[in-house]
Amino acid sequence: MMNQVKIKSSFRGPWTLLKKEMLRFWRVAFQTVAAPVITALLYLLIFSHVLDKQVQVYDNVPYTAFLIPGLIMMSVLQNAFANSSSSLIQSKVMGNLVFILLTPLTHLQFFTAFLFAAIIRGLVVGLFIFLVAIWFVDIHIANPWLIIAFALLGSALMGTFGIIAGIWADRFDQMAAFQNFIIMPLSFLSGVFYSIHSLPNFWQKLSQLNPFFYMIDGFRYGFFGKGDVSPFISLSVVGLSFLVLAWVSLKMLKSGYKLRT
Amino acid sequence: MSIPAIEINGLHKYFGDLHALKGINLTIEQGEFFALLGPNGAGKSTLINILAGLIKPSSGNISVMGFDVVNRYQQARQLLGIVPQELVFDPFFNVREMLRFQAGYFGHGPENDKWIDEVLKGLGLTDKAHTNMRKLSGGMKRRALIAQALAHRPPVIVLDEPTAGVDVELRQMLWEFIKKLNRAGHTIILTTHYLEEAEALCSRVAMMKQGEIVALDSTSSLLNKFAGKNLRLSLGSVVLPEVLEPLLRNQDNGIFTFALNDSEQIEFVLSVLRAANIKVLDMQLSEADLEDVFLSLVGKQS
Repeated sequence: MMNQVKIKSSFRGPWTLLKKEMLRFWRVAFQTVAAPVITALLYLLIFSHVLDKQVQVYDNVPYTAFLIPGLIMMSVLQNAFANSSSSLIQSKVMGNLVFILLTPLTHLQFFTAFLFAAIIRGLVVGLFIFLVAIWFVDIHIANPWLIIAFALLGSALMGTFGIIAGIWADRFDQMAAFQNFIIMPLSFLSGVFYSIHSLPNFWQKLSQLNPFFYMIDGFRYGFFGKGDVSPFISLSVVGLSFLVLAWVSLKMLKSGYKLRT
Repeated sequence: MSIPAIEINGLHKYFGDLHALKGINLTIEQGEFFALLGPNGAGKSTLINILAGLIKPSSGNISVMGFDVVNRYQQARQLLGIVPQELVFDPFFNVREMLRFQAGYFGHGPENDKWIDEVLKGLGLTDKAHTNMRKLSGGMKRRALIAQALAHRPPVIVLDEPTAGVDVELRQMLWEFIKKLNRAGHTIILTTHYLEEAEALCSRVAMMKQGEIVALDSTSSLLNKFAGKNLRLSLGSVVLPEVLEPLLRNQDNGIFTFALNDSEQIEFVLSVLRAANIKVLDMQLSEADLEDVFLSLVGKQS
């Protein structure tokens, strides 16, 4: 009889994990949603106040309007990363990751649940910033599909990166180093606050090696219909980067790297 | 013949140079109440963690109801409920939420709520169902941990040191509940340091030492085979005649405990003491228990 044991609905397991991960950040929404929205709006307030009259990046686009998509995308990316990475490192340090490791969930289901939770948190934060920002500035949308594609792919990429960081890090300070020395510099130097065309040649070339640049530029292209590079190049870079990171992350999960000895 | 609940064949585990499990072979039948005993470092937790899929075996295999824990891990884990040794919890959720999530990972939905209520009741957690895990006392957290392992109604339940640091009242309640599950057909495997628990509850016992099983038998036959009687004599500060040394198990503050195979040896001990002019101040005779078997098999390391 027991040889006929069937794995129950293959959908409910990962769906439960996704639900748990979403509830986890929603329970502390003040910290996980409200705080990044406030931070982004403070950036907007300060930079637009200081630079709006002095800097014009694209013709007929005020600096404040230029800034908004970059800030939204930066927050989407940082929060997607924060969601999967902090959930994993907390569960590892507290030891409760064992409750998931003991279940029949496959590595793919584990990955998918953490990935979707990260995407959703990124998008929720981005949406709130957008909704608040449109009170202050008229935002024109040239191509909504590009906006959606970059928001989804970008948050997926960073959610996956967060999974890798969460599996790799054993302690909170290692995770903080990851965040402060990789995520923050890459996101601040990606053209959120400026067009890379305003940079000296060397720094322009260097910026083109930064995958954050393509995520921000492609997302901004969806708003203004113009950017520093073609949105299709950006889409290819982001898509390819996501596939590479997803492959690495799935390999780690399948082999049980740092999770199963 | 039914498929064994757990079947272990030639299981080895190396951690670098350390040979933690040295070819374990063990079969546990469905419906058994089985104890895995051994001092710290004997390999019990390594064995359980391999069963749980948290540690990979170096060679050999383990199956749960015929499903290999590596190759068919989904089926094996579906059939297995493991209570981890460490008191871990998720601080974001309350008890009922945690149990629902846990059952959900195994594919159970709202139809399982009745069982969750039963588990909550059985473990005395009903009035704590909506309390956040963080706010529970140590004993309550332990109960919640057990409830989590049972949430998906597994036929095979493994409890790794479930009563460590738990007060007597809770221990009793816990065992009543586990006994009820066993009577309902669940296979129970437990590791414990409380040997009297294993003696009172388990029908069969495996004793481990340094990665090997050194004894595997029914509890009663282990007791018959290895243990006899314990004679505790209060003699004060005396030098024991050499002829009694082989029988001496323990000496503490003038109290000498002798391990005897049968009642006839009592007279022998007393006559030697009389001949040596040693006065017996007090005397106690007791049946040897699993602890004596344990000590004689694995030494006094536990």
